[in-house]
Amino acid sequence: MNDTYELRGSETHIEVHKFYPGAVAIVAILSLVLQRILPVYLPKLEILDLPLLVTIYFGLSRRNPSTGLLLGTMMGLMQDSLSGPTVPLGEYGIAKTIIGYLASSIGSRLDTEHPFARFALTVSFFVVHQAVLVLVRRVLLAEPEPWFNVHLGIAALVNAVLGVALFVVLDRLRRSS
Amino acid sequence: MVAIPSRHKSLALLAGVLLFQVMMLAVQVKRDSRGRLIRVWTIAAVTPFEKGGAWGFGKVRGVWDHYFALQGTTRENESLKAENDALKLRISQLESKAAEADRLAALLAFKQTHEKVPMLMARVIGASAGTASRTVEIDRGERDGVRRNMGVITPDGAVGKIIEVYRDNAQVLLLTDKDSGAGAMLLATRSQSPVKGNGDPILLMNYVANDDAVNVGDKVVTSGMDKIFPRDIPVGTVIDVKPGSVFKQIRVKPTANLERLEEVIVLLTQEPVEFPSASDAQGAAQGSGNGAPAADAAAPASGAAAEKP
Repeated sequence: MNDTYELRGSETHIEVHKFYPGAVAIVAILSLVLQRILPVYLPKLEILDLPLLVTIYFGLSRRNPSTGLLLGTMMGLMQDSLSGPTVPLGEYGIAKTIIGYLASSIGSRLDTEHPFARFALTVSFFVVHQAVLVLVRRVLLAEPEPWFNVHLGIAALVNAVLGVALFVVLDRLRRSS
Repeated sequence: MVAIPSRHKSLALLAGVLLFQVMMLAVQVKRDSRGRLIRVWTIAAVTPFEKGGAWGFGKVRGVWDHYFALQGTTRENESLKAENDALKLRISQLESKAAEADRLAALLAFKQTHEKVPMLMARVIGASAGTASRTVEIDRGERDGVRRNMGVITPDGAVGKIIEVYRDNAQVLLLTDKDSGAGAMLLATRSQSPVKGNGDPILLMNYVANDDAVNVGDKVVTSGMDKIFPRDIPVGTVIDVKPGSVFKQIRVKPTANLERLEEVIVLLTQEPVEFPSASDAQGAAQGSGNGAPAADAAAPASGAAAEKP
């Protein structure tokens, strides 16, 4: 079974990973469930954005911008739906669509298997994700929202650390070659 | 190898998905008092075109109306001119009524301040048919208690006397008629002399001795000796003084505007009528529309003979 595909650019040689059937859907749903449950018991974990980490991971791994952005869209819209009536559908959807697209686009060009690369990419995507959220809230929703503060910086680092660990776990869902 | 969608395809998909979500947001989000965001956006997007369209249509319509569709303009212009004339006439009528109301108010105020003096307000309904006499016709007559030789005044001063009485109207001989006159005196010097008309708007005072001091601007009031007017009713103001062989030749401008009489007061008695002071009379004169200042007739005076009682 051919589990791993190769993307050949002009000079790069990057693998495209496939996962066990249902793995993406289960992980996505599980991330959403945990996102809602964990802060109930551990309020400090509110700074985690598990759906974002999942979007990043599968975007980087699948390396297909179309599927990456669609996955981001689904994750974002479900996160919007689960965030209560005060959050309009599309707020997280737009942000995660862009992240999904960017992750899979970058994943198709760079080797993102190294933990340091994953850490740096996760921090970057978290910042971009936050920037898009703030942009949407300011421009579309006319809500005052700080562009960046210490709390967000800490959240970016924490999510990146968790992301590196989580990505290792999720790597095990890949079909072995 | 897996067939990877082209970069353009994925970009188009990204744009489509983002647009879809933005539109979805716009449908959901409400902007305070401006309604849903989609409505705000739609209006903001359409408004410039609406404005442009309205401007363009306005220009086209203006060109059409001003250069091509002029067949009804002449008729409309004539109609507007006729309407304008009618409105001017209406305005004139209304102004006349307003002036009349002011005059009547002044008369009423005068009557109310002299409640104990029997007097009758009358409207001037006609004037003399020729220039040989200066008379006016009023709408009060015998049935109203008007009798010959009753004095006629306005709040500004003496006007004349009743010379003919009919059942419902009467004729008033104005002071300026050449056959008219009234007992009068100079307010300042108490010099008595009848005033008489000569057919002009100016009265003559011909029996003041050369020795008496008379100055332009002196006030002339009725003396009460003619048995027509009570004393101290303003008659006029000296406007010219010339020495004569025995008497001065004095010209007096009537206080009441005898050229424009519309409402008058018929004195049903010879009881003294107290006229307001000069300042008050001036206000009353403005209110009555005659414009002639009233004389200060506060001082008592002795009588003088009337020319034609």
